[in-house]
Amino acid sequence: MSAPNSMRTPLGRVRGLGSAKSGTHHWWMQRVTSLALLPLFLWFIFAMLSLAGAGYAEARAFLARPWNALLMLSLIGFSFHHIAGGLQVVIEDYVRPEKLRMLVILVVKGLSWAAAMISAFAVLRVAFT
Amino acid sequence: MSHPPDPRQAAFAGRRTDGTAIQRPLSPHLQAYNMLEMSSGMSIAHRATGIAWSAGMVFLVWWLVALASGPRAFAQVQWFLSSFLGLLMLFGLTVVAWFKTLAGVRHLVWDAGYGYSLPAMVRSGQAVLIGTAVLTVLTWVLALMVWR
Repeated sequence: MSAPNSMRTPLGRVRGLGSAKSGTHHWWMQRVTSLALLPLFLWFIFAMLSLAGAGYAEARAFLARPWNALLMLSLIGFSFHHIAGGLQVVIEDYVRPEKLRMLVILVVKGLSWAAAMISAFAVLRVAFT
Repeated sequence: MSHPPDPRQAAFAGRRTDGTAIQRPLSPHLQAYNMLEMSSGMSIAHRATGIAWSAGMVFLVWWLVALASGPRAFAQVQWFLSSFLGLLMLFGLTVVAWFKTLAGVRHLVWDAGYGYSLPAMVRSGQAVLIGTAVLTVLTWVLALMVWR
C-alpha cells in the first residue's frame, strides 16, 4: 500500500495504528456495538410493548425470566459502551481547551460506567430475588 | 489580515507541547452548514438523536432501579411515565430511537461501501425519515392496543 519512499518505518506500517496510536479501534467498536444493538433494540421495543401498563409483580416476573434478564444485561452493556464512545467523539470535536476536554470525557465515561453498573445490578437483583 | 476575523477563532486556542500558543481549527459547527440539506441535516440529526438517547437512558436506569427497589418506587416511576409529560417524553424518545436506528443502518450500509451517489443518499435519507414516522406511529398504535 505505502510508497517505497514512505517515511514510516516497516514496524509502524505493520501495526497500522497511525499518529493517534489507536488506529481504527474506536471506530470499529462503534460499528460492532451498533450491530449488536440492532436486534437488542427490537427486543427492547417488544419488551416495553408487552409491559405497557403492567403492574409491579408482572414487570418483575417478566424481567426475572432468564432470557429477558440476559437480553437486558446485554442491552445495558452494549448501550453504555456505544454511548460513552459516541459522546466522546462529540466532546473531542467541540470541547476546548485540552484539559477541559479530557475532564469532560472522563466524567462522561465515569457516568456511563456508573449507569451501566447500577442498572446491571438492578437487573441481577430482580433476577435472583 | 484585511477582512474581519472570524468570531469562531476565539475557540481555536491551543498549545503546542512546548507551551507556545497556536490556533487549531475546531470541527465545523452547526452554522457552517445548511441544516435543511439532506446530507448535513441528517448528519446533525443523527448526532443530536444520539445525545438525546444518551440522556433518555436515565429513565431506563430509573425504571430498572425502581423495579429492583420495590412496589412504592416502581409506582412512582410508573406514575411519572404515564403522566402527560412522561408520555410526551416517551413518544419523543420513540421518534429518537427509530430515527437513530434507521440512520445507523444507513451508516452501516455506507460502511459496507454502498449508496454513496447523491441520488442514492437523498433516497436513503427520505427512507429513514418515512421509516421513522411509520415505525413510531406503529409502535404507539401497538402500545395503545396492548395497554392494560
